[in-house]
Amino acid sequence: MDPKLNRRGILECMMWAGAGVLWTVGGGVPRSSLIGTAAAAAAPFSFMQISDSHIGFANPPNPDTPGTLKEAMALVAQNKGAATMLLHTGDVTHLSKPAQFDTADQIIRESKMDVHYVPGEHDVLVDDGAAFFERFTPKGPRGYYSWDQQGVHFVALNNVQDLKAGGLGNLGADQLKWLEQDLASRTASQPIVVMAHVPLWTVSQEWGWGTDDGAQALVFLKRFGSVTVLNGHIHQVMQKVEGTVAFHTARSTAFPQPAPGTAPSPGPIKDLPPGKLHSMLGVTQIKQVTGQAGLAIIDTPLGA
Amino acid sequence: MTRARVLMGMGAALLLSFSAQAGEAAVSIDNFSFTPATITVPSGTHVTWTNNDDIPHTVTDSATPRAFKSAPLDTGDHTDFTFTKAGTYSYFCSLHPHMQGIVIVQ
Repeated sequence: MDPKLNRRGILECMMWAGAGVLWTVGGGVPRSSLIGTAAAAAAPFSFMQISDSHIGFANPPNPDTPGTLKEAMALVAQNKGAATMLLHTGDVTHLSKPAQFDTADQIIRESKMDVHYVPGEHDVLVDDGAAFFERFTPKGPRGYYSWDQQGVHFVALNNVQDLKAGGLGNLGADQLKWLEQDLASRTASQPIVVMAHVPLWTVSQEWGWGTDDGAQALVFLKRFGSVTVLNGHIHQVMQKVEGTVAFHTARSTAFPQPAPGTAPSPGPIKDLPPGKLHSMLGVTQIKQVTGQAGLAIIDTPLGA
Repeated sequence: MTRARVLMGMGAALLLSFSAQAGEAAVSIDNFSFTPATITVPSGTHVTWTNNDDIPHTVTDSATPRAFKSAPLDTGDHTDFTFTKAGTYSYFCSLHPHMQGIVIVQ
C-alpha cells in the first residue's frame, strides 16, 4: 500500500457507535483513530472518550441504557491499549437522580480508569448541579477545571447552566475569566484538549446546538498550535476544523439523534426496527482534513 | 385526580378559546415546542403544561426575577401556574432554551 495512504489512514478516526473514541497525541497533534488499531497502540499517549450515557432513559429506541453503557465500557476495556484516561462529555444521567448517578458511576468505575467528567444539562437538574459536581467533578465545584497529563493541557468546561431564553449553551463571564487565566501562562506549543458537553461551535441554531459565548473562549485558544475541542450533546459525529482548532462531537452510548433539519425535533430517533440500534448508531460520514493538524473521521457500523 | 384535572383543563381551554372568561388553559409540549406557542387568556386563568416528549423539559419564566419555574418534567408529567396579573409572560425551557412560549394575560 502507498505509504501516504497509510499515513492518511492513521489520521482517520473510526467511530464506534455506543462505544468510544480513542484519541492519540503525537508530535503535539491530537489524532483520533479506530480503537484497537495497531496505529493507536503505538501512540505515545492516548485516551478514551464516551458521551451521553443518559442513565435513566428507557424509552424507544433503547429501553436499557445501563446495558449499552456496559457494552461501551467493555469495548473501551478491550481496545484501550495503554490508555488509562477516560473522558465523559456529559449527560451521564437522564434526570439527575441519585440512583442514576449510582448506576453510571458503578458501571464506569469498574474500568479502573482515570475518568474526567463534564456536566450535561440532564446532570444539573437538581440543586443547580451540586450533587453532580460533588461526585463527578471534585476538582471543579462548578463543573469546570483543568489538569495536565503527559504534556497535554486538558480543560473541562461547563456550558449547560444559566441558559438564556432563546439562547444556546452558555459558559458565562466567571468561567470565561477563569479560562483566560488558566491559559495565560501556557506556551503556545502546548497541545490543548477542551472538553464540554454542548458543542462550542454552532452546529444548529434552530435546535440550540451551539454555545452563545463559545467564540469568546476560542479567542483565548487561538494562539495555541494544537487545540482539540471534544463535545457530546448531539448524539452523532460532527467535525469541523478552523485554523488550529479541531471540533469534534462524539456519539451517545444511549440513543441516536437526527441530523439537523432531518426531523421535526432533535429528540431520539425512536422508530428503529428491532435489532437495528447498534448498526444505526454506527452509520455516519467520512471527513478528511488536509494540513499539518490533519484530523479525519470515519464512522463505522458497530453491527452488521 | 391530577390527570383528570389536566384533561378537564384541556377541554376547558378548547371551550374558552373564543371566550374571555377566566378558567383553564392547556399547553402541550411536543417535538421540543410549546403548542400553542402563544395563548391569550383572561386574568385568573389556570394554565397547565404537559410534556408529551421522550425528553425532559421545564417551563421557566424568561423574566428576572422569575414568577414561575417548573421542576424537570419527565414524559407525561405536567406543571401549572395561575396568572393573576395582566401582562405578557414569555417563558422557555431551561434545558432547551430555543423552546419558547408566550402567555398574554388580559
